[in-house]
Amino acid sequence: MTAPLPLISLRSVSKTYRTDGVAVAAVRNVSFDIAQGEIVAVMGPSGSGKSTLMNMIGLLDLPSEGAVYLEGANVAELSEDRRSLLRARSIGFVFQSYNLLARHNAIENVALPLVYCGVGRKARLARAETSLQAVGMLHRAHHFPRQLSGGEQQRVAIARALIASPLIVLADEPTGALDSRTGAEILALFAALNRDGQTIVMITHDPGIATQCRRTIRLHDGELVSDETLFQLLPKRSAVS
Amino acid sequence: MTMLQGFQIALHALRLNPLRSFLTMLGIVIGVASIVTVFAIGSGAQLRLQEQIRSIGANVLMITPGAVYQGGVRLKDGSKLTMTESDVQAILEQIPEIQAAAGSIAGTAQVIHESKNWNTTINGTTTGHFMVRDWQLATGRYFSGAEEAGAGKVVILGSTVARELFAPGDDPIGAQIRIMKVPLEVVGVLDRKGPAQDDVAFVPLSTAKLRFLGSASNINRDSVAYIIAKVAADGQMAGARTEIENLLRQRHRVPAGQDDDFKVQDPAAAMEAQQGAIRTVALLLVAIASVSLLVGGISIMNVMIVSVTERTREIGIRRALGGRMRDIRLQFLCEALVLCLLGGAIGVAGGITLSMTVARMAGWITSIDGEAIGLALVFSIATGLIFGFYPAHKASRLSPIDALKTE
Ligand SMILES: Nc1ncnc2c1ncn2[C@@H]1O[C@H](COP(=O)(O)OP(=O)(O)O)[C@@H](O)[C@H]1O
Ligand SMILES: [Mg+2]
Repeated sequence: MTAPLPLISLRSVSKTYRTDGVAVAAVRNVSFDIAQGEIVAVMGPSGSGKSTLMNMIGLLDLPSEGAVYLEGANVAELSEDRRSLLRARSIGFVFQSYNLLARHNAIENVALPLVYCGVGRKARLARAETSLQAVGMLHRAHHFPRQLSGGEQQRVAIARALIASPLIVLADEPTGALDSRTGAEILALFAALNRDGQTIVMITHDPGIATQCRRTIRLHDGELVSDETLFQLLPKRSAVS
Repeated sequence: MTMLQGFQIALHALRLNPLRSFLTMLGIVIGVASIVTVFAIGSGAQLRLQEQIRSIGANVLMITPGAVYQGGVRLKDGSKLTMTESDVQAILEQIPEIQAAAGSIAGTAQVIHESKNWNTTINGTTTGHFMVRDWQLATGRYFSGAEEAGAGKVVILGSTVARELFAPGDDPIGAQIRIMKVPLEVVGVLDRKGPAQDDVAFVPLSTAKLRFLGSASNINRDSVAYIIAKVAADGQMAGARTEIENLLRQRHRVPAGQDDDFKVQDPAAAMEAQQGAIRTVALLLVAIASVSLLVGGISIMNVMIVSVTERTREIGIRRALGGRMRDIRLQFLCEALVLCLLGGAIGVAGGITLSMTVARMAGWITSIDGEAIGLALVFSIATGLIFGFYPAHKASRLSPIDALKTE
């Protein structure tokens, strides 16, 4: 019996930035797998390489050394266009600063990834409605980002991340700009999505948030210092409340 | 992403800042409007010339008075009528290439029919005039031999004069009109030849001399103001011209070495030369207008570069959500194209308005042809592609991570 192919595999991944001749090793020799259906918290102090790692998992950046595999394929061997298409279809990004397009309303923002999947306008908007519904934001479909609160904007951003039914949702400090109460709501949303089978990788500063994820990866100075999976599941209700 | 989506995104972006979009495309608007206007005025002028060339008739030579010497002083050309009816006769009889010829004198006068009157050119000539100019009658007849010889009180009207003097249902043939108190019977109405040509009334040369000229001092009874002659074939123009010159020098006893007291011209050739000159001037003006298009293109490039910088984060977001480099390039290229096309369309509308205004105010003929409009639009599309490419390319080359980090 062979183990199912991990969704994501990192093998000895390093990323070195070179600015003005000075090399900064943002990520050093990191290896781990993420399986379908997992929810993973990535923790570590500021500057420890979390975002850099996330960008590589999300096909926005390539490792300097080592390899990232998405469903068994080395992403560095794919063409730039192919990686773009995979970002549209298989990756859902959620950012700390929401990153909605200010000049488009909620539903247009949510539908945006489908533009790059070649989906027609009618179908895009229909699917965007479903996605907005899933995050409880359908009633704000025609509002512009500036007319929404931070929590609402982040929900719209999550709807956008989900619209193409991605393999994995990558969230970089999704609650970092929110007050704790709204942050908890967003977190509950992620937990609920994960219960429905959505694979999620979430960067967070907040140890309280991390404890709600089954698995936590810790970085320090670009190195992986721990990769722990809780033996005991927390009662599901506590994640939602 | 498709071209259509690119245009949709572009329109959306441009609508958000209509004033800026308009100012950006202003150079294109002005450039295209000037090109369309210049073309309209230029081709209007050419049309008018062509009409004049056509109205003169094919293979026509025109002989007008030339230099006259009085006591060794050269007088202005045409200050004396040096051509005569006998010259016309001699040209017809002695030069085989000449098919028809006629002498004319002309002036302007009021033409009166009942309560209507109209000021027009009165041309005293012979039926040969109509032969030379290939000018057919719409109705009626030409002058008879007796009328030409005996100063018959008859008149042939150009279509404009007929229209002005007679109500639409009225038949002018047989009607009495008056010119300088002389009653004349209308015997013919000519075909239309063009607005500038049709405003005329013809009487027999003898009638004009006897009844209208009176005894003007510098008029010899035999004189004519000018002669027109038709050459049988196009290839014989130069030969016929030389023969006429030799014949007239001999008849007028022009001493060797002295300037002719007449000029033989080929009006169609002269006008064609003029037409060439108009074309050259128009092309020059179009070239100048194109500079405005160039400036417009640079202004679009400039604004696009600023826009790419301002929208770096949007570019990062689009890249993260799956936009390929070529999608980003297409998006910004579409913006430049929409700006240029919109500017071009406004420019075409402005150019049409401007040339129609010029036509009305200056009384020029202008002609707007699809070719000029097509050319202007092709120019604007080319401008959009050329000047939009660099900013679009720059946008597509941004690193998505860096783009996402910008504020
Ligand atoms: N584009 C870059 N160029 C140079 N250095 C960078 C770049 N991006 C990140 N770094 C550096 O890499 C290190 C890790 O950054 P980052 O992954 O953003 O950390 P985190 O998200 O954990 O705060 C930091 O020292 C940062 O300064
Ligand atoms: Mg970070």
